[in-house]
Amino acid sequence: MPTTPPPIIDARGLWKRFGNLAVLKGVDLSVAERELVFIIGPSGSGKSTLLRCLNRLEEPDDGSIQVDGIELLDPKTDINAVRQRIGMVFQSFNLYPHMTARQNVMLALRKVLGKGKAEASEIAARALDRVGLGERMEHYPAQLSGGQQQRVAIARAIALEPRVMLFDEPTSALDPELVGGVLNVMRELRQDGMTMVVVSHEMAFAKAAADRVVFMADGEKLEEGPPAQIFGEPQHERTRAFIRQIDRH
Amino acid sequence: MGGFESFLFSFFNLKVMATYLPLVAKGFGLTVLLALLIVLCGLALGLALAVLRSFGVRVLNWGIIFVVDLFRALPPLVIIVLLFFGLPAAGITVSGFAATWLSLTLVLMAFAEEIYWAGITAVPKGQWEAARSTGLTFLQTLRLVVLPQALRITIPPLTNRTIAITKGTALGSVVGVAEILGASQSAMSFSANPSALTLGAIAYLILFIPVVAFGRWVETRFAWKR
Repeated sequence: MPTTPPPIIDARGLWKRFGNLAVLKGVDLSVAERELVFIIGPSGSGKSTLLRCLNRLEEPDDGSIQVDGIELLDPKTDINAVRQRIGMVFQSFNLYPHMTARQNVMLALRKVLGKGKAEASEIAARALDRVGLGERMEHYPAQLSGGQQQRVAIARAIALEPRVMLFDEPTSALDPELVGGVLNVMRELRQDGMTMVVVSHEMAFAKAAADRVVFMADGEKLEEGPPAQIFGEPQHERTRAFIRQIDRH
Repeated sequence: MGGFESFLFSFFNLKVMATYLPLVAKGFGLTVLLALLIVLCGLALGLALAVLRSFGVRVLNWGIIFVVDLFRALPPLVIIVLLFFGLPAAGITVSGFAATWLSLTLVLMAFAEEIYWAGITAVPKGQWEAARSTGLTFLQTLRLVVLPQALRITIPPLTNRTIAITKGTALGSVVGVAEILGASQSAMSFSANPSALTLGAIAYLILFIPVVAFGRWVETRFAWKR
């Protein structure tokens, strides 16, 4: 039996409270290299909080998170260095409005990785090409559609060559006709072997592309498994109810 | 002398104006110098305080808010008089120029800090998160992502406030600064003719109309490209 490689993300016993409300109640999540893990669940289930803990945008109250062998919650860890290895894409794109698409991608290349202007510009151009926006590099975010903005945001993250990409509802703010373009880019990333953790309601995409689906409710991971199992024969009553709800739409 | 002629003699007496033009011109120079020092120091200190405040150190922020509210609440003339007549009692002698400069700098600092702070907090949280998630540090994010956006929205209120406070340089005349108003008032006493004040008013217009126009230009220049 081949030895399984150590997971890229290994989160154990994550707790997060906002005031009196426990949003995560001891959640474990482990993600292997080249794996695409989908996190689904009703709103308020803690799935976005879990994702945001994985690059410490949210500080867990308890637990441990190893990314690429580095303990994120260790106060000695240089969080800025680890974050280079973890790309994140947000629901609201969050492009810098005062910079062109190319400058958006170049910023961290120059200031975090310390690349020269010419090299950063070159890498940015390639990243934007990869998401199909080679023609729009000199446009400002306000001159781009939502779908194009989200693809620039993906380019901004992948240009740093992260070991893992986190997607926080990447298509939820998009008009329906723009969703396809973003999902195509994600599909290509997947084919190129990118490790991805996706919080999303795109169930068709999850069924087609995910290796594993995690169902969360009330701050707990209720079940996980291959998409066929979670969508076909969910074990848990809450999961069944959720899938029924989603399928009706 | 008819009413109109008497009006012209009192307020537009060219002979008086010509005689005291050098004096008022000197006051003009002093006002420009004073204004420049106030604008540079006030805006820089205000920005420094706003940046400090963004670190979110609670005790420090209480101090900043106290200082800012103090100098926003006190009338500038009160601060000038307090510094000019009060500091010597503490063994520190300040010139009228220094007292005026320091007072208006502190007032501009206080108002500018509030405006910058409003600008910083108006930048969506997602901008911080996006920048930090790529590995940028807090200060890099503030400097490269947040401040450029914050400054753009602060330009109109900042320009207005800067002009309003810079005009307060006229208060220096109370503590013997021979800026435009002080010089014009001296000229008026010497000549016993208010035309010198007209000259002062013209000097203010020559100084501030370009400043107002510049403010307008800056606002259009820094509007986002759409």
